[in-house]
Amino acid sequence: MKRRIVMFVLVLAAFLLQSTLLQTISLASVTPNLMLVFTVSFALMRGKREGMFVGFLSGILTDVFFGGGILGVYTLLYTYTGYINGFSFRIFYDDDIKMPIILVCASDLAFHILEYVFRFLLRGRTDFFFYLGRVIIPGVIYTAILTMLCYRLLLALNRKLEKAEQRSVDSLV
Amino acid sequence: MKKFNDSLKSKYILAGITAFCLVLIVLSFVTDAATGPLRYIAGYVITPVQNGLNEVGNWITDKSAYFQSSTDLVAENKELQEKVDALTAENSQLLQDKEELSRLQALFELDQQYDDYEKIGARIIAKDTGNWFNVFTIDKGSKDGILVNQNVITEGGLVGIITETGPNWATVRSIIDDYSNVTGTVTSTSDNCIIAGDLRLIDEGKINLVKLTDESDRVKVGDKVVTSDVSDRFLPGILIGYISDVGMDSNNLTKSGTITPMVDFRHLHEVLVIKELKEIDDAKVSLDAQADTEGAATPDTSQSESGTGTGTESESQNEE
Repeated sequence: MKRRIVMFVLVLAAFLLQSTLLQTISLASVTPNLMLVFTVSFALMRGKREGMFVGFLSGILTDVFFGGGILGVYTLLYTYTGYINGFSFRIFYDDDIKMPIILVCASDLAFHILEYVFRFLLRGRTDFFFYLGRVIIPGVIYTAILTMLCYRLLLALNRKLEKAEQRSVDSLV
Repeated sequence: MKKFNDSLKSKYILAGITAFCLVLIVLSFVTDAATGPLRYIAGYVITPVQNGLNEVGNWITDKSAYFQSSTDLVAENKELQEKVDALTAENSQLLQDKEELSRLQALFELDQQYDDYEKIGARIIAKDTGNWFNVFTIDKGSKDGILVNQNVITEGGLVGIITETGPNWATVRSIIDDYSNVTGTVTSTSDNCIIAGDLRLIDEGKINLVKLTDESDRVKVGDKVVTSDVSDRFLPGILIGYISDVGMDSNNLTKSGTITPMVDFRHLHEVLVIKELKEIDDAKVSLDAQADTEGAATPDTSQSESGTGTGTESESQNEE
Protein backbone atom coordinates (compact mmCIF):
# COMPACT_ATOMS: atom_id res chain seq x y z
CA MET A 1 0.00 0.00 0.00
CA LYS A 2 2.70 2.34 1.02
CA ARG A 3 4.49 1.50 -2.17
CA ARG A 4 1.48 2.35 -4.22
CA ILE A 5 1.08 5.69 -2.56
CA VAL A 6 4.72 6.52 -2.99
CA MET A 7 4.62 5.66 -6.65
CA PHE A 8 1.46 7.62 -7.18
CA VAL A 9 3.00 10.67 -5.59
CA LEU A 10 6.11 10.19 -7.64
CA VAL A 11 4.26 10.02 -10.90
CA LEU A 12 2.24 13.06 -9.93
CA ALA A 13 5.39 14.94 -9.10
CA ALA A 14 6.93 13.88 -12.38
CA PHE A 15 3.96 15.15 -14.28
CA LEU A 16 3.90 18.46 -12.44
CA LEU A 17 7.59 18.97 -12.94
CA GLN A 18 7.35 18.10 -16.56
CA SER A 19 4.60 20.55 -17.25
CA THR A 20 6.15 23.43 -15.37
CA LEU A 21 9.83 23.29 -14.54
CA LEU A 22 11.05 21.19 -17.40
CA GLN A 23 9.27 23.38 -19.90
CA THR A 24 11.40 26.28 -18.76
CA ILE A 25 14.61 24.41 -19.33
CA SER A 26 13.64 23.16 -22.72
CA LEU A 27 16.28 23.58 -25.39
CA ALA A 28 14.98 24.54 -28.81
CA SER A 29 11.49 23.71 -27.58
CA VAL A 30 12.51 20.14 -26.84
CA THR A 31 11.48 18.95 -23.39
CA PRO A 32 12.74 15.79 -21.76
CA ASN A 33 10.09 13.27 -20.89
CA LEU A 34 10.38 12.72 -17.18
CA MET A 35 7.40 10.45 -16.97
CA LEU A 36 8.87 8.14 -19.54
CA VAL A 37 12.04 7.98 -17.51
CA PHE A 38 10.06 7.02 -14.46
CA THR A 39 8.08 4.41 -16.31
CA VAL A 40 11.11 2.72 -17.82
CA SER A 41 13.10 2.89 -14.60
CA PHE A 42 10.38 1.31 -12.55
CA ALA A 43 9.77 -1.30 -15.18
CA LEU A 44 13.43 -2.22 -15.07
CA MET A 45 13.57 -2.21 -11.30
CA ARG A 46 10.29 -3.89 -10.48
CA GLY A 47 8.96 -5.68 -13.45
CA LYS A 48 6.07 -5.63 -15.85
CA ARG A 49 3.26 -4.97 -13.46
CA GLU A 50 4.79 -1.99 -11.78
CA GLY A 51 5.96 -0.60 -15.05
CA MET A 52 2.50 -0.96 -16.40
CA PHE A 53 0.91 0.85 -13.53
CA VAL A 54 3.35 3.70 -13.58
CA GLY A 55 2.85 3.96 -17.30
CA PHE A 56 -0.90 3.84 -16.97
CA LEU A 57 -0.91 6.62 -14.42
CA SER A 58 1.43 8.80 -16.44
CA GLY A 59 -0.61 8.17 -19.51
CA ILE A 60 -3.84 9.14 -17.85
CA LEU A 61 -2.38 12.38 -16.56
CA THR A 62 -0.95 13.26 -19.93
CA ASP A 63 -4.16 12.41 -21.68
CA VAL A 64 -6.28 14.52 -19.42
CA PHE A 65 -4.15 17.55 -19.87
CA PHE A 66 -2.53 17.24 -23.22
CA GLY A 67 -4.52 14.57 -24.96
CA GLY A 68 -6.22 16.90 -27.25
CA GLY A 69 -9.67 15.64 -26.46
CA ILE A 70 -9.04 11.98 -27.14
CA LEU A 71 -8.56 10.11 -23.93
CA GLY A 72 -6.54 6.96 -24.07
CA VAL A 73 -3.83 7.45 -26.63
CA TYR A 74 -1.04 8.33 -24.29
CA THR A 75 -2.37 5.93 -21.71
CA LEU A 76 -1.95 3.15 -24.19
CA LEU A 77 1.51 4.27 -25.21
CA TYR A 78 2.84 4.63 -21.71
CA THR A 79 1.27 1.41 -20.51
CA TYR A 80 2.84 -0.59 -23.30
CA THR A 81 6.16 1.11 -22.68
CA GLY A 82 6.00 0.04 -19.09
CA TYR A 83 5.01 -3.48 -19.98
CA ILE A 84 7.61 -4.09 -22.64
CA ASN A 85 10.40 -2.61 -20.58
CA GLY A 86 9.29 -4.82 -17.76
CA PHE A 87 10.69 -7.76 -19.66
CA SER A 88 14.14 -6.55 -18.77
CA PHE A 89 13.41 -7.09 -15.11
CA ARG A 90 15.51 -9.87 -13.58
CA ILE A 91 17.37 -10.19 -16.85
CA PHE A 92 19.51 -7.12 -16.41
CA TYR A 93 21.06 -5.67 -13.30
CA ASP A 94 19.53 -2.40 -12.34
CA ASP A 95 22.66 -1.02 -10.66
CA ASP A 96 24.43 0.08 -13.74
CA ILE A 97 23.21 3.18 -15.47
CA LYS A 98 23.94 1.95 -18.97
CA MET A 99 20.91 -0.28 -19.13
CA PRO A 100 18.38 2.37 -18.19
CA ILE A 101 19.87 4.75 -20.67
CA ILE A 102 19.64 2.26 -23.49
CA LEU A 103 16.10 1.37 -22.54
CA VAL A 104 15.06 4.96 -22.21
CA CYS A 105 16.57 5.82 -25.56
CA ALA A 106 14.85 2.95 -27.27
CA SER A 107 11.56 3.66 -25.56
CA ASP A 108 11.72 7.33 -26.29
CA LEU A 109 12.56 6.70 -29.90
CA ALA A 110 9.65 4.34 -30.27
CA PHE A 111 7.48 6.75 -28.34
CA HIS A 112 8.29 9.67 -30.54
CA ILE A 113 7.97 7.70 -33.73
CA LEU A 114 4.58 6.42 -32.70
CA GLU A 115 3.59 9.90 -31.71
CA TYR A 116 4.66 11.09 -35.09
CA VAL A 117 2.79 8.32 -36.82
CA PHE A 118 -0.44 8.96 -35.02
CA ARG A 119 -0.35 12.69 -34.88
CA PHE A 120 1.41 13.74 -38.03
CA LEU A 121 1.63 10.99 -40.56
CA LEU A 122 -2.06 10.28 -40.47
CA ARG A 123 -2.70 13.93 -41.12
CA GLY A 124 -0.59 13.89 -44.21
CA ARG A 125 2.63 15.33 -42.94
CA THR A 126 5.06 12.94 -44.46
CA ASP A 127 8.35 14.77 -43.95
CA PHE A 128 9.64 12.18 -41.56
CA PHE A 129 13.28 13.13 -41.71
CA PHE A 130 12.58 16.67 -40.67
CA TYR A 131 10.79 15.52 -37.57
CA LEU A 132 13.50 12.98 -36.98
CA GLY A 133 16.23 15.54 -36.95
CA ARG A 134 14.40 18.40 -35.34
CA VAL A 135 12.22 16.77 -32.72
CA ILE A 136 12.87 13.09 -32.28
CA ILE A 137 16.64 12.88 -32.00
CA PRO A 138 17.04 15.95 -29.73
CA GLY A 139 14.20 14.70 -27.59
CA VAL A 140 15.80 11.32 -27.18
CA ILE A 141 19.15 12.82 -26.31
CA TYR A 142 17.72 15.24 -23.81
CA THR A 143 15.66 12.51 -22.15
CA ALA A 144 18.73 10.31 -21.96
CA ILE A 145 20.59 13.10 -20.21
CA LEU A 146 17.73 13.39 -17.78
CA THR A 147 17.93 9.67 -17.10
CA MET A 148 21.56 10.01 -16.23
CA LEU A 149 20.64 12.59 -13.65
CA CYS A 150 17.55 10.94 -12.22
CA TYR A 151 18.19 7.26 -12.28
CA ARG A 152 20.42 7.09 -9.24
CA LEU A 153 17.79 8.77 -7.14
CA LEU A 154 15.10 6.43 -8.36
CA LEU A 155 17.33 3.47 -7.65
CA ALA A 156 17.98 4.64 -4.12
CA LEU A 157 14.29 5.22 -3.59
CA ASN A 158 13.47 1.78 -4.89
CA ARG A 159 15.99 0.13 -2.59
CA LYS A 160 14.51 1.91 0.37
CA LEU A 161 11.03 0.81 -0.57
CA GLU A 162 12.16 -2.77 -1.04
CA LYS A 163 13.85 -2.77 2.31
CA ALA A 164 10.72 -1.48 3.92
CA GLU A 165 8.67 -4.18 2.22
CA GLN A 166 11.15 -6.83 3.22
CA ARG A 167 10.89 -5.77 6.81
CA SER A 168 7.13 -5.85 6.70
CA VAL A 169 7.16 -9.30 5.13
CA ASP A 170 9.60 -10.53 7.74
CA SER A 171 7.51 -9.12 10.50
CA LEU A 172 4.54 -11.13 9.24
CA VAL A 173 6.55 -14.28 9.46
CA MET B 1 6.76 -20.60 -10.67
CA LYS B 2 6.24 -17.23 -9.22
CA LYS B 3 7.61 -15.60 -12.28
CA PHE B 4 5.26 -17.43 -14.54
CA ASN B 5 2.36 -16.49 -12.34
CA ASP B 6 3.37 -12.93 -12.35
CA SER B 7 3.83 -12.73 -16.05
CA LEU B 8 0.48 -14.35 -16.63
CA LYS B 9 -1.15 -11.95 -14.30
CA SER B 10 0.54 -9.01 -15.98
CA LYS B 11 -0.57 -10.20 -19.36
CA TYR B 12 -4.11 -10.19 -18.23
CA ILE B 13 -3.73 -6.83 -16.68
CA LEU B 14 -2.21 -5.50 -19.84
CA ALA B 15 -5.02 -6.88 -21.89
CA GLY B 16 -7.47 -5.32 -19.51
CA ILE B 17 -5.85 -1.95 -19.68
CA THR B 18 -5.64 -2.08 -23.45
CA ALA B 19 -9.29 -2.79 -23.73
CA PHE B 20 -10.09 -0.03 -21.32
CA CYS B 21 -8.00 2.44 -23.28
CA LEU B 22 -9.54 1.52 -26.59
CA VAL B 23 -12.94 2.00 -25.11
CA LEU B 24 -11.88 5.34 -23.78
CA ILE B 25 -10.54 6.39 -27.13
CA VAL B 26 -13.67 5.51 -28.94
CA LEU B 27 -15.78 7.09 -26.27
CA SER B 28 -13.91 10.33 -26.20
CA PHE B 29 -13.96 10.37 -29.95
CA VAL B 30 -17.65 10.06 -30.05
CA THR B 31 -18.80 11.86 -26.97
CA ASP B 32 -17.47 14.21 -24.42
CA ALA B 33 -18.64 12.23 -21.41
CA ALA B 34 -15.41 10.53 -20.52
CA THR B 35 -13.17 13.52 -20.43
CA GLY B 36 -15.46 15.87 -18.54
CA PRO B 37 -15.30 14.50 -15.00
CA LEU B 38 -11.65 13.60 -15.23
CA ARG B 39 -10.81 17.10 -16.32
CA TYR B 40 -12.83 18.46 -13.48
CA ILE B 41 -11.01 16.39 -10.90
CA ALA B 42 -7.66 17.16 -12.40
CA GLY B 43 -8.50 20.82 -12.40
CA TYR B 44 -9.08 20.71 -8.68
CA VAL B 45 -6.10 18.64 -7.77
CA ILE B 46 -3.36 19.29 -10.20
CA THR B 47 -3.85 22.77 -11.58
CA PRO B 48 -3.45 24.55 -8.24
CA VAL B 49 -0.09 22.89 -7.77
CA GLN B 50 0.93 23.88 -11.26
CA ASN B 51 -0.18 27.41 -10.57
CA GLY B 52 1.83 27.44 -7.39
CA LEU B 53 4.92 26.25 -9.17
CA ASN B 54 4.43 28.86 -11.85
CA GLU B 55 4.03 31.60 -9.32
CA VAL B 56 7.22 30.63 -7.59
CA GLY B 57 9.02 30.71 -10.91
CA ASN B 58 7.56 34.09 -11.77
CA TRP B 59 8.47 35.48 -8.39
CA ILE B 60 12.06 34.41 -8.90
CA THR B 61 12.27 35.98 -12.35
CA ASP B 62 10.63 39.12 -11.00
CA LYS B 63 13.20 39.47 -8.28
CA SER B 64 16.04 39.11 -10.70
CA ALA B 65 14.40 41.64 -13.01
CA TYR B 66 14.15 43.97 -10.02
CA PHE B 67 17.87 43.72 -9.40
CA GLN B 68 18.56 44.20 -13.06
CA SER B 69 16.55 47.38 -13.26
CA SER B 70 18.12 48.61 -10.03
CA THR B 71 21.60 48.45 -11.54
CA ASP B 72 20.23 50.08 -14.66
CA LEU B 73 18.86 52.92 -12.61
CA VAL B 74 22.15 53.46 -10.83
CA ALA B 75 24.00 53.57 -14.14
CA GLU B 76 21.43 55.95 -15.58
CA ASN B 77 21.71 58.19 -12.56
CA LYS B 78 25.45 58.43 -12.95
CA GLU B 79 25.09 59.24 -16.60
CA LEU B 80 22.61 61.97 -15.89
CA GLN B 81 24.79 63.44 -13.18
CA GLU B 82 27.69 63.69 -15.59
CA LYS B 83 25.42 65.29 -18.13
CA VAL B 84 24.25 67.82 -15.59
CA ASP B 85 27.82 68.73 -14.79
CA ALA B 86 28.63 69.24 -18.45
CA LEU B 87 25.53 71.37 -18.93
CA THR B 88 26.35 73.52 -15.92
CA ALA B 89 29.75 74.22 -17.38
CA GLU B 90 28.17 75.25 -20.65
CA ASN B 91 25.71 77.46 -18.89
CA SER B 92 28.36 79.25 -16.94
CA GLN B 93 30.23 79.99 -20.13
CA LEU B 94 27.10 81.31 -21.79
CA LEU B 95 26.42 83.72 -18.97
CA GLN B 96 29.94 84.95 -19.12
CA ASP B 97 29.69 85.49 -22.85
CA LYS B 98 26.57 87.51 -22.46
CA GLU B 99 28.33 89.77 -20.01
CA GLU B 100 31.34 90.26 -22.21
CA LEU B 101 29.28 90.83 -25.29
CA SER B 102 27.28 93.53 -23.65
CA ARG B 103 30.48 95.44 -22.92
CA LEU B 104 32.79 94.70 -25.78
CA GLN B 105 32.05 95.66 -29.35
CA ALA B 106 31.88 93.17 -32.23
CA LEU B 107 35.60 93.93 -32.73
CA PHE B 108 36.63 91.55 -30.04
CA GLU B 109 35.11 88.51 -31.70
CA LEU B 110 35.56 85.73 -29.19
CA ASP B 111 35.79 82.56 -31.20
CA GLN B 112 35.84 79.00 -29.98
CA GLN B 113 34.10 79.25 -26.71
CA TYR B 114 34.82 76.24 -24.71
CA ASP B 115 31.39 74.73 -24.71
CA ASP B 116 32.11 73.75 -28.29
CA TYR B 117 35.14 71.81 -27.25
CA GLU B 118 35.07 68.09 -26.90
CA LYS B 119 35.17 67.12 -23.25
CA ILE B 120 35.65 63.84 -21.50
CA GLY B 121 34.68 63.16 -17.94
CA ALA B 122 36.98 61.52 -15.47
CA ARG B 123 36.99 60.61 -11.80
CA ILE B 124 39.64 61.52 -9.37
CA ILE B 125 41.12 58.32 -8.11
CA ALA B 126 44.10 59.45 -6.12
CA LYS B 127 45.53 62.63 -4.75
CA ASP B 128 49.01 63.48 -3.74
CA THR B 129 49.22 65.94 -0.89
CA GLY B 130 47.35 67.58 1.88
CA ASN B 131 43.80 68.58 2.30
CA TRP B 132 43.28 70.24 -0.96
CA PHE B 133 43.68 68.52 -4.25
CA ASN B 134 46.88 70.02 -5.46
CA VAL B 135 47.96 67.22 -7.69
CA PHE B 136 45.69 64.35 -8.35
CA THR B 137 45.25 61.35 -10.57
CA ILE B 138 42.27 60.74 -12.76
CA ASP B 139 41.09 57.50 -14.20
CA LYS B 140 41.36 58.33 -17.88
CA GLY B 141 44.59 58.20 -19.79
CA SER B 142 46.19 58.09 -23.19
CA LYS B 143 43.92 55.22 -24.19
CA ASP B 144 41.00 57.63 -23.87
CA GLY B 145 42.74 60.38 -25.78
CA ILE B 146 44.13 62.31 -22.84
CA LEU B 147 47.24 64.26 -23.70
CA VAL B 148 49.61 66.35 -21.65
CA ASN B 149 48.58 70.00 -21.40
CA GLN B 150 44.91 69.40 -21.78
CA ASN B 151 42.86 71.66 -19.56
CA VAL B 152 40.83 70.23 -16.74
CA ILE B 153 37.65 71.95 -15.65
CA THR B 154 34.63 71.21 -13.57
CA GLU B 155 31.26 72.88 -13.11
CA GLY B 156 32.27 75.96 -14.97
CA GLY B 157 35.58 76.53 -13.25
CA LEU B 158 39.17 75.81 -14.08
CA VAL B 159 40.73 73.00 -12.12
CA GLY B 160 44.11 72.47 -13.64
CA ILE B 161 46.11 70.95 -16.44
CA ILE B 162 47.24 67.46 -17.38
CA THR B 163 50.88 66.95 -16.62
CA GLU B 164 51.40 63.22 -17.08
CA THR B 165 49.56 60.47 -18.82
CA GLY B 166 49.61 56.72 -18.57
CA PRO B 167 47.51 54.34 -20.59
CA ASN B 168 44.58 54.57 -18.23
CA TRP B 169 45.48 57.32 -15.80
CA ALA B 170 46.62 60.89 -15.90
CA THR B 171 48.00 63.37 -13.42
CA VAL B 172 46.45 66.78 -13.09
CA ARG B 173 48.13 69.72 -11.49
CA SER B 174 45.50 71.99 -10.09
CA ILE B 175 45.76 75.75 -10.23
CA ILE B 176 46.07 76.01 -6.47
CA ASP B 177 49.28 74.06 -6.55
CA ASP B 178 52.33 75.97 -5.51
CA TYR B 179 53.97 75.50 -8.83
CA SER B 180 51.05 76.48 -10.93
CA ASN B 181 50.85 79.77 -12.79
CA VAL B 182 48.03 80.73 -15.06
CA THR B 183 47.69 83.88 -17.10
CA GLY B 184 44.35 85.36 -16.43
CA THR B 185 42.21 88.21 -17.60
CA VAL B 186 39.92 90.31 -15.54
CA THR B 187 36.78 90.21 -17.61
CA SER B 188 35.48 93.60 -16.75
CA THR B 189 38.62 95.40 -17.78
CA SER B 190 40.45 92.88 -19.97
CA ASP B 191 43.57 93.41 -17.91
CA ASN B 192 45.99 90.54 -17.72
CA CYS B 193 47.42 89.08 -14.58
CA ILE B 194 49.02 85.94 -13.33
CA ILE B 195 47.20 83.56 -11.11
CA ALA B 196 49.74 81.73 -9.05
CA GLY B 197 49.01 78.96 -6.64
CA ASP B 198 50.40 79.33 -3.17
CA LEU B 199 50.71 76.76 -0.46
CA ARG B 200 50.32 79.31 2.25
CA LEU B 201 47.01 80.51 0.94
CA ILE B 202 45.55 77.08 0.43
CA ASP B 203 44.13 76.96 3.92
CA GLU B 204 42.41 80.24 3.37
CA GLY B 205 40.98 78.97 0.14
CA LYS B 206 42.56 81.61 -2.02
CA ILE B 207 45.05 81.91 -4.83
CA ASN B 208 47.50 84.68 -5.48
CA LEU B 209 46.86 87.22 -8.14
CA VAL B 210 50.01 88.98 -9.14
CA LYS B 211 51.31 91.40 -11.73
CA LEU B 212 48.01 92.91 -12.58
CA THR B 213 48.56 95.86 -14.82
CA ASP B 214 45.66 98.12 -14.13
CA GLU B 215 46.49 101.67 -15.01
CA SER B 216 42.98 102.96 -14.87
CA ASP B 217 42.23 101.53 -11.47
CA ARG B 218 39.08 99.92 -12.69
CA VAL B 219 39.61 96.54 -11.13
CA LYS B 220 37.66 96.01 -7.98
CA VAL B 221 36.80 93.25 -5.58
CA GLY B 222 34.33 90.73 -6.97
CA ASP B 223 35.48 90.97 -10.55
CA LYS B 224 35.58 87.78 -12.50
CA VAL B 225 38.89 86.38 -13.69
CA VAL B 226 39.12 84.03 -16.63
CA THR B 227 41.99 82.43 -18.49
CA SER B 228 43.63 84.79 -20.84
CA ASP B 229 43.88 84.60 -24.60
CA VAL B 230 47.64 84.94 -24.41
CA SER B 231 48.07 81.88 -22.26
CA ASP B 232 50.33 79.23 -23.73
CA ARG B 233 48.55 76.19 -22.51
CA PHE B 234 45.16 77.21 -21.27
CA LEU B 235 42.21 77.71 -23.55
CA PRO B 236 40.79 81.20 -23.30
CA GLY B 237 37.75 82.16 -21.36
CA ILE B 238 37.68 79.49 -18.68
CA LEU B 239 36.49 80.91 -15.42
CA ILE B 240 39.07 80.85 -12.67
CA GLY B 241 37.47 82.75 -9.82
CA TYR B 242 36.53 86.08 -8.32
CA ILE B 243 38.85 88.72 -6.97
CA SER B 244 38.70 88.85 -3.22
CA ASP B 245 41.16 91.64 -2.67
CA VAL B 246 43.53 93.74 -4.70
CA GLY B 247 46.08 96.35 -3.82
CA MET B 248 48.97 98.26 -5.29
CA ASP B 249 52.45 96.74 -5.29
CA SER B 250 55.39 98.49 -3.76
CA ASN B 251 56.75 99.24 -7.23
CA ASN B 252 53.65 101.31 -7.90
CA LEU B 253 53.32 99.78 -11.33
CA THR B 254 51.43 96.58 -10.82
CA LYS B 255 48.72 95.40 -8.52
CA SER B 256 48.41 92.14 -6.68
CA GLY B 257 45.90 90.45 -4.49
CA THR B 258 44.08 87.22 -4.06
CA ILE B 259 41.24 85.54 -5.81
CA THR B 260 38.81 82.93 -4.61
CA PRO B 261 38.71 80.09 -7.07
CA MET B 262 35.44 79.05 -8.57
CA VAL B 263 36.03 75.40 -7.88
CA ASP B 264 35.73 73.90 -4.42
CA PHE B 265 39.00 72.02 -4.35
CA ARG B 266 38.17 70.34 -1.10
CA HIS B 267 35.31 68.39 -2.59
CA LEU B 268 36.36 67.35 -6.02
CA HIS B 269 35.28 63.99 -7.32
CA GLU B 270 34.75 64.25 -11.03
CA VAL B 271 36.29 66.54 -13.56
CA LEU B 272 36.01 67.24 -17.24
CA VAL B 273 39.05 67.19 -19.46
CA ILE B 274 38.86 69.41 -22.52
CA LYS B 275 40.41 67.45 -25.32
CA GLU B 276 41.25 70.50 -27.37
CA LEU B 277 44.81 71.66 -26.94
CA LYS B 278 45.80 75.27 -27.15
CA GLU B 279 48.63 74.76 -29.57
CA ILE B 280 48.74 71.46 -31.38
CA ASP B 281 52.41 71.50 -32.30
CA ASP B 282 53.28 72.03 -28.68
CA ALA B 283 51.13 69.19 -27.49
CA LYS B 284 53.81 66.60 -27.01
CA VAL B 285 56.34 68.92 -25.43
CA SER B 286 56.75 67.89 -21.85
CA LEU B 287 56.76 70.36 -19.05
CA ASP B 288 60.51 70.09 -18.80
CA ALA B 289 60.75 72.43 -21.75
CA GLN B 290 61.23 75.92 -20.48
CA ALA B 291 58.64 78.26 -21.89
CA ASP B 292 59.30 81.97 -21.92
CA THR B 293 58.47 83.26 -18.57
CA GLU B 294 57.08 86.42 -17.23
CA GLY B 295 58.54 86.81 -13.79
CA ALA B 296 58.81 83.15 -13.09
CA ALA B 297 59.04 82.70 -9.36
CA THR B 298 59.76 79.04 -8.88
CA PRO B 299 62.82 77.16 -10.10
CA ASP B 300 62.72 74.02 -12.11
CA THR B 301 62.65 70.88 -9.97
CA SER B 302 62.00 67.24 -10.56
CA GLN B 303 60.31 64.87 -8.19
CA SER B 304 61.08 61.20 -8.05
CA GLU B 305 58.46 58.54 -8.33
CA SER B 306 55.76 58.65 -5.75
CA GLY B 307 54.69 55.60 -3.82
CA THR B 308 51.57 55.02 -5.83
CA GLY B 309 53.64 54.64 -8.91
CA THR B 310 52.01 57.41 -10.83
CA GLY B 311 55.22 58.13 -12.56
CA THR B 312 57.69 60.92 -12.27
CA GLU B 313 56.26 64.31 -12.05
CA SER B 314 58.18 67.18 -13.44
CA GLU B 315 57.55 70.06 -11.21
CA SER B 316 58.81 72.64 -13.60
CA GLN B 317 57.06 75.89 -13.57
CA ASN B 318 53.88 75.85 -15.45
CA GLU B 319 54.04 79.25 -17.00
CA GLU B 320 51.10 80.15 -19.09
